Amino acid sequence: MGGREATMVLLDENGIRCDGRKIDETRKIMIKAGVLKNADGSAYIEFGDNKILVGIFGPRDVHPKHMSDTDTGILRVRYHMEPFSVTERKNPAPSRREIEISKVIKEALEPAVMLEKFPRTAVDVFIEVLQADGGTRCAALSAASVALADAGIPMRDMVAACASGKVADTIVLDVNNEEDQAGQADMPIGYMPNLKKITLLQLDGILTSDEFKKCVDVGINGCKIVYELQKKALTDKYFGNGSN
Amino acid sequence: MASKSVIDELKKTQILELLDKGERVDGRALDEPRELSIEINAIPKANGSAKVRLGDTEVLCGVKIQPDRPFPDMGDKGIFICTAELLPLSHPTVETGPPQPHVIELARVTDRGIRESHMVDVSQLVIEKDKSVVGVFADIVVIDYDGNLFDACSYAATAALLTSTSPKWTMVDDKPTIVEGAESPLPTTTIPVSITMGKIGNHIIVDPNGDEWASMDARITITTNSDGNICALQKGGNDGFTQEEIIQCGEISVRVGAKIREKLKEAQQSGQ
Repeated sequence: MGGREATMVLLDENGIRCDGRKIDETRKIMIKAGVLKNADGSAYIEFGDNKILVGIFGPRDVHPKHMSDTDTGILRVRYHMEPFSVTERKNPAPSRREIEISKVIKEALEPAVMLEKFPRTAVDVFIEVLQADGGTRCAALSAASVALADAGIPMRDMVAACASGKVADTIVLDVNNEEDQAGQADMPIGYMPNLKKITLLQLDGILTSDEFKKCVDVGINGCKIVYELQKKALTDKYFGNGSN
Repeated sequence: MASKSVIDELKKTQILELLDKGERVDGRALDEPRELSIEINAIPKANGSAKVRLGDTEVLCGVKIQPDRPFPDMGDKGIFICTAELLPLSHPTVETGPPQPHVIELARVTDRGIRESHMVDVSQLVIEKDKSVVGVFADIVVIDYDGNLFDACSYAATAALLTSTSPKWTMVDDKPTIVEGAESPLPTTTIPVSITMGKIGNHIIVDPNGDEWASMDARITITTNSDGNICALQKGGNDGFTQEEIIQCGEISVRVGAKIREKLKEAQQSGQ
């Protein structure tokens, strides 16, 4: 971070980014609901070169028992990357980064899920990053929402997520891996479009307050694009190739 | 899975009754494996990868190839390591945390089958003797469970290794450095094929599915190489095999294994 000189051209004079996108364009996104046989709900997302699989189990008994809450169900999230998902082989044991991401995704999903309907139970969300290419937490969060809906768990809204950021002094949508490494700021946003609530927000990099406002605005627009694809994944599964 | 449920006991009665009539729950012949599909290069970021479906069991293997320090007593050989993990999304009973004994067995049996066949030619994976060698890591993850992980994992690792490309390194200033544009296929010598058979009552069945797996009295996994020789073997479960049964299993593994090997060769060619 911090705008160090990059060897590649991040943004050319026509406003085209290093992977050929415009500044307000997301990478290619494909979401599929219901891809696993054993899980109660599941989803697969390809977000650019990210490939992520999410499986849901529950509501089910809490084990160990002392974790259970008599007033409400609990949500447990594990975000995990496969050893072959990144350029250098990753140690299979959970890293501090994975533990933090598990926590922010859990807290981003909790406002959406009606856990109070299932006291003393747990809903487990297992996120497996098969291939990573920048922006995995947003892609994972979007897929997890679809998987929870696929599991038939009552929800207030789905959380859609997309990052915005600052690259070559310009606010752009959906920062990719190269832009994240060489860019000036990266801001993942998780958003519930129907309830108009932001449930995940992180930032690293430096933004002026005007840039910050712009960045939130651009990010929320990205979330709305993702939201339509999430709904489409569910209609495709439950209504054949549904009309929207 | 590790613990048997009441439903499994009920199914076991039905499975055994059918076997006595020479039939299986899913209509297969006793020595017939489930349909095998292999998707090569499922993970473009890995040096080689394969997603394998064996019936409803689905596993993914990614191969990473990178310089490593040799083991102290094996300075003239590269490193090959195969791991396997049950992802918690593969089955409701899988828990996070340190691997259970049956998962450790799975990883070790899969590793042994490939290692003992000498499939990966580790003698060609030396950058500088005693200093730096090439490490080949085949990491397997189980995505969906429906019995017989041993074979699914073995096929995924084998298919991924067969289609892996390795960069070339030389020592520059005592550090392994990539030689640009010198990628080549990973050197392999043979195609190992593992065949797992279950014993239910007095019946031997090939490639048990999830329900059959839960009903088995014993099992045996036999790996054969391209020459049709047996190169690794593992018996499991709490019943025994007679000598005749073991011989029979050996013959089945060579015969059925040859068909699977053709499938793996097809996958290898599709990846070129």
